[in-house]
Amino acid sequence: MDAFTTHTGIGVPLRRSNVDTDQIIPAVYLKRVTRTGFEDGLFAAWRNDESFVLNQEPFRRGSVLVAGPDFGTGSSREHAVWALMNYGFRVVISSRFADIFRGNSAKQGLLAAEIAQPDVELLWKLLENEPGTEVTVDLTEKTVQAKDLTVPFSIDDYTRWRLLEGLDDIGLTLRHADDITAFETARPARLPVTTPRG
Amino acid sequence: MGRTLAEKVWDQHLVRRGEGQEPDLLYIDLHLVHEVTSPQAFDGLRLAGRPVRRPDLTLATEDHNVPTTDVELPIADPVSRTQVQTLRRNCAEFGVPLYPMNHAEQGIVHVVGPQLGLTQPGLTVVCGDSHTSTHGAFGALAFGIGTSEVEHVLATQTLPLRRLRTMAINVNSADGRLREGVTSKDVALAMIAQIGTGGGQGYILEYRGNVIEGLSMEARMTICNMSIEAGARAGMIAPDETTFAYLKGRDHAPQGVDWDAAVEAWRELRTDDDAVFDAEVRIDANALTPFVTWGTNPGQGLPLGERVPDPAEIVDENERVAAEKALTYMGLQAGKPLREVAVDTVFVGSCTNGRIEDLRAAAQIIGGRKVADGVRMLVVPGSMRVRFQAESEGLDEVFRAAGAEWRSAGCSMCLGMNPDQLAPGERSASTSNRNFEGRQGKGGRTHLVSPLVAAATAVRGTLSSPEDLD
Repeated sequence: MDAFTTHTGIGVPLRRSNVDTDQIIPAVYLKRVTRTGFEDGLFAAWRNDESFVLNQEPFRRGSVLVAGPDFGTGSSREHAVWALMNYGFRVVISSRFADIFRGNSAKQGLLAAEIAQPDVELLWKLLENEPGTEVTVDLTEKTVQAKDLTVPFSIDDYTRWRLLEGLDDIGLTLRHADDITAFETARPARLPVTTPRG
Repeated sequence: MGRTLAEKVWDQHLVRRGEGQEPDLLYIDLHLVHEVTSPQAFDGLRLAGRPVRRPDLTLATEDHNVPTTDVELPIADPVSRTQVQTLRRNCAEFGVPLYPMNHAEQGIVHVVGPQLGLTQPGLTVVCGDSHTSTHGAFGALAFGIGTSEVEHVLATQTLPLRRLRTMAINVNSADGRLREGVTSKDVALAMIAQIGTGGGQGYILEYRGNVIEGLSMEARMTICNMSIEAGARAGMIAPDETTFAYLKGRDHAPQGVDWDAAVEAWRELRTDDDAVFDAEVRIDANALTPFVTWGTNPGQGLPLGERVPDPAEIVDENERVAAEKALTYMGLQAGKPLREVAVDTVFVGSCTNGRIEDLRAAAQIIGGRKVADGVRMLVVPGSMRVRFQAESEGLDEVFRAAGAEWRSAGCSMCLGMNPDQLAPGERSASTSNRNFEGRQGKGGRTHLVSPLVAAATAVRGTLSSPEDLD
């Protein structure tokens, strides 16, 4: 996955709390066989409503989502993160994330930045008053900045390090590729292989 | 202090011991793949430009979605067709061996691995399917994984894992045998009823005791298969002469001097006498009789001779509420003798009970008898090999003569991802592993049973055991 240091993009105010994964992407989209193309399913039910924020310019081009508390509750589906990223989001800001969603985000390279709810309210007002305002999220400094507002966000050190390094789970393991190769070299030759015997 | 079987296998696969909060990194000897949980894993590799590290330790087969009739025709359901076609494309692109529909080695992934001799003692085996625990019957450490983990194993042939605790399930009887008409499926259902569907959570189970030692390999697979229904990711049985005899001569089993070296290593794979399990459970098999489920989770089971339980008599509130809901869904009255529960469908098959011994057992009961009026009986072999073996023994004719449907291999009605489903309100006696609401079709009602009970039930039309037959 791509390393994350800073990101600047249009902020999208999502004035809702308890945004569960069924809202982020309904189950009907789970039958697919790809990991891309889920952008059409993102917030599918809400997007039927013309007044929904992502149906408005310039928000539809947004890449920093600012949501209320308890974002990402519900099922463990990784599709929720894929849908957000496929749509173009690189950062979700909320005052509280569901654990599994936070974990899934870290694995896929979506930054889940936790800020205090009063700061969420300030951001919402700013983004609503001046649609198209760009938000800069700096993972090195752990700050969210829009116009003259700069607030800190929290993220655990391990996830921050992984995002800065651009290491997904596989990337983490492949740091030990030498150990894997050494183990393979020592495996007895009599162990089975799946290819048919000649 | 000595180590348990699970700990020995774990230690033999340590690529790297985790430091602090870090998990251990385990090497995976055999990765089985099917069409439902693999597409996004392959897509992830593609997006990251990563190859499959060890295609020669990976094997794919088509099982969950495949139809069991008209198998030479294109799959009618578009979602199923797409998943199967995607698997074929992915296997071709990444060089993974595949046994597709109509291939002589196609079948349910957990039937295919053992019959090819790929599943061997002491291996680590994973698959994107929770019933991977089946392979533990050989003394392998085998467990189900999610799609992200499938991708991880494809890319690295390893998995980061936190060490699990161990639980001994001791199954004993006075003479080491089960009573006439009682099978390892009944042991599994009784065990789950005893410890609950969460009883094994966080543990690797090890089945032990004189009853387990007396079971055939296929019967052992049935019991390990259902470890996940007790909440355990894996269940194991120490390899012994029965295991070695089953493996000898199979396609992928070691040969010649390799065989001797392998057996010598396999003999070490037993829990040391001074090893300590984190938990121990005892199952008294002396009094065990055929077991059936009455509810909507595999722990809601009773001996066939009992009556539908009265939720009012259940002390634990959660269990009482669960029982009330289950009886409503199942359309059952408290107090009704289980033997009087009438079924519409009997399903013999699945990774739990779709092997040749299971089909022989069912055929032996149904032979010379007829499926009751109004009852549909489906017999679905677990693999093409099982199908051909059964046909060479004339079992297909036995089933057909009785009025049952003889099908091609796949997961079929165990989970109804293909057209083999229950209609709303229909009731089945099923040799599969899960009786969840809607598992075999929306609104379908499932009673989990052994192949012997399934066959007797087909004849009488109500839940029955062979001793109920004339």
